Amino acid sequence: MAETLRGRAANWLGLVPFIVFAVLFLILPTLYIVVGAFRTPEGAFTFQNIIGLNTASIRNAYWVSIKVSFMSALLGCAIGFAIAAAITLGSLPKRVRGPMITFSGVASNFAGVPLAFAFIATIGPAGLITMYLRTEWGINLRVYGWNLLSTWGLIVTYLFFQIPLMILIITPALDGLKREWREAAEVLGATGLQYWRMVAFPILFPSILGTMALLFANAFGAVATAIALTGPSLNIAPILLYAQIRGDVLGSPNLGYALAFGMIVITGLANTIYIVLRIRSERWLK
Amino acid sequence: MAFLDLSNLQKSFGQNHVVKDFSIAVEQGEFVSLLGPSGCGKTTVLRMVGGFETPSAGSITIDGRDVTGLRPNQRAIGMVFQSYALFPNLTVGQNVAFGLKVAGVGRAERDARVAEMLDLIGLADLGARYPFQLSGGQQQRVALARALAPRPKVLLLDEPLSALDAKIRVSLRTEIRAIQKRLGITTIFVTHDQEEALSMSDRVVVMSGGRADQIGTPFEIYNAPATRFVAGFVGTLNTFDAVVTDPATGSVTLNGLPLALDRPLDAAKGATIGVALRPEAARLGRDPSREVVLPATITAVQFMGAVVRITAEVAGRRFDLDTFNRVDTPPPAVGGEAEISVGARDFILLGD
Amino acid sequence: MNKVFAWIAFLFGVLYFILPLFGMAEFSLSMRRGVYSLDAYRVVLADPQFQATFTFSVVMALVTIAFGILLVVPTAYWVRLKLPGMRPWVEFVTLLPLVIPAIVVVFGYIRLYNTSSWLPMTGTATGTNILLMFGYSMLSLPYMYRAVDTGLRAIDVATLTEAAQSMGAGWGTILARVILPNVLPAVLSGAFLTLAIVIGEFTMAALLDRPAFGPYMQILGANKAYEPAALAVIAFAITWACMGLIQLSTRFSKHTRAMS
Repeated sequence: MAETLRGRAANWLGLVPFIVFAVLFLILPTLYIVVGAFRTPEGAFTFQNIIGLNTASIRNAYWVSIKVSFMSALLGCAIGFAIAAAITLGSLPKRVRGPMITFSGVASNFAGVPLAFAFIATIGPAGLITMYLRTEWGINLRVYGWNLLSTWGLIVTYLFFQIPLMILIITPALDGLKREWREAAEVLGATGLQYWRMVAFPILFPSILGTMALLFANAFGAVATAIALTGPSLNIAPILLYAQIRGDVLGSPNLGYALAFGMIVITGLANTIYIVLRIRSERWLK
Repeated sequence: MAFLDLSNLQKSFGQNHVVKDFSIAVEQGEFVSLLGPSGCGKTTVLRMVGGFETPSAGSITIDGRDVTGLRPNQRAIGMVFQSYALFPNLTVGQNVAFGLKVAGVGRAERDARVAEMLDLIGLADLGARYPFQLSGGQQQRVALARALAPRPKVLLLDEPLSALDAKIRVSLRTEIRAIQKRLGITTIFVTHDQEEALSMSDRVVVMSGGRADQIGTPFEIYNAPATRFVAGFVGTLNTFDAVVTDPATGSVTLNGLPLALDRPLDAAKGATIGVALRPEAARLGRDPSREVVLPATITAVQFMGAVVRITAEVAGRRFDLDTFNRVDTPPPAVGGEAEISVGARDFILLGD
Repeated sequence: MNKVFAWIAFLFGVLYFILPLFGMAEFSLSMRRGVYSLDAYRVVLADPQFQATFTFSVVMALVTIAFGILLVVPTAYWVRLKLPGMRPWVEFVTLLPLVIPAIVVVFGYIRLYNTSSWLPMTGTATGTNILLMFGYSMLSLPYMYRAVDTGLRAIDVATLTEAAQSMGAGWGTILARVILPNVLPAVLSGAFLTLAIVIGEFTMAALLDRPAFGPYMQILGANKAYEPAALAVIAFAITWACMGLIQLSTRFSKHTRAMS
């Protein structure tokens, strides 16, 4: 009895380094922020910080962030899905698949500061396409409302890593669609559209949803691309938090905690929605 | 014109001619098996009937309608796949209802038909289950019900039993045949398993190299194989080369041993012809009712229960013979000398 | 119609990926008016700041990888061997960095480990570097753990361990001589991914005020026109190289599997 107890304790001993690391450098810092969000500078419990988030500027920052993240996740999923479907479902020559997957691996990791530079050089005010359209075709993108340093500029830039990430994650799921399912549906009289609506899409739905949540969190926490692209000018949650950490622009450190806490809540919510929907849509799996 | 008519079907993938001039006329309600080794073109023929492959030449008519150029969903065909191919996201009931739903059949009628189908396959209580909760045999029965629910004109079975355990395979084949007879549905069954083909079919098509070597009833295929390939592929066969001594009376010599085949032969005197014997046609020991007695040396004995398979050497060739187990007759000893009796009419003449 | 749609999607993707790369490459060559030149690269590469920050980030990445291997390989191995019931929980923790934004975690670091705290890591440059290294390890944890765990799944951990133990090997020997070589391809692909993440990382380095490559790029971007494009090309080349090395190491793993 004592022997097995000691054995069990020894088993846990092997996990200690990981637990210590996770607690010190992941869980405790996060908890510190969460707790700080509900405390006054003196340490008393309060909801004042959370209530303090309800200003026009902070509300707007969250809203723009959610919009950018949601739109870039949605478009990333849709476009990435279309490309993945094109390279997996046999309409295109087989040899385009390998390069596309390899390239997606690179592009999905090409984020942050250099990505912003690439987009500035391409569709920024003096970018390649911008200048080309203006000098060769007389089209001034600005007149049409295009501005890279805006919400949509950010979305277009984020798509550069969102689309490939979707391609990478959804390709194995598309490969998992058996040819026989399609043939069985067809021979039972279904059109291609009916097959997709009633069989393929429901099967893929959990994967698509999961990727969507991942892409959302991915965009929501992206600081570097946004800062390098727009500087501190764009009012989105991560940039506001960045400015707050550097110089306490909100005038209250605990309001900063609340701002960070809000970000955790939103990405956490996105993932919870994902998990719940996934469980519901996966009843047919073990 | 027959109910299902395949005439002069050909299919090539690039330079590879997979099906060469394949024709068959299948009557309504008939159960026809396409039997052959892998790569013989049987699956390609089935997929052309299903509409998944377009024939390079030839035509397919079902019930008087030329369907050669139609898509699978316009052909009114039911198909069962080797891998079941049930939709994993739909319950058993929803799977069976699929074809009716896409055809726009109303809810009440759909439910009634699903219940009827599940009853037919003996899984009336499992309508709410998901496919992963069923055994392989149950899944395949659901796949059959799904294929039959929209009342197709032709049922295609693509090696439906190959993925199942031996026991279920045997019971399901009886069940499939019973359902097929009851509904009177014209059926094409693809298999590489001769026992399945022989036991289930009205007619069997033995295929090799993209052609039909022989089309006939199981009895004809087994007892009068038209080609060497059919003879060798269907059942076990002991083959010998015999030299014709008198074509009129059917006398030949087998490795110097004279024997009478008791029928006129279509070969010149001195020519070599192929003759063959089924393992169950020969009998160990001397049997006065059989004309031919062959001296043999026993080389191996396999006791399989009901059947004892004896391997012997006859006229310098390996010879398999099957005898039924009998309580009072222990198997012969390996290495012993024996005699094997054969009826003259039991010899099968092999064509090319 | 299906085919047309597929081609449209594919070509759209190709254009979307190629145009910005083309734009940045073209821009990086345009420093001299009227002709293409490598001037921007020359300026960047000669900049002592570039050299210093780049070296800092590479060293940071290497230390992070070393620490990551030391932390993840024994943990993943131990969980598979002794605590299989804990696997979902450990996996859940390793995936948290994908959910909690890095900026939030580093905010926590700054408050938790400042000069007046119980563990004043940000008090010294070395301390801050170590803190940054832990932060990077945290960022790469989801990728590293997944890679190693997938590698471990392919081998029979329990049997290998018992075989090694029966020949008298201790835990250290088992890990270093038996487990690690067997999951090396997986470890390598995790390592190269970590390299790609760490070298250009901005948020943590900037907020901890370390002279890393990411913040350097950002500062340069705010002040210069052509040099940032050259930096972007260099960064892209590094990312591409890392991904190429990952592909290479997975190919290597197929090779070893075929042999065994």
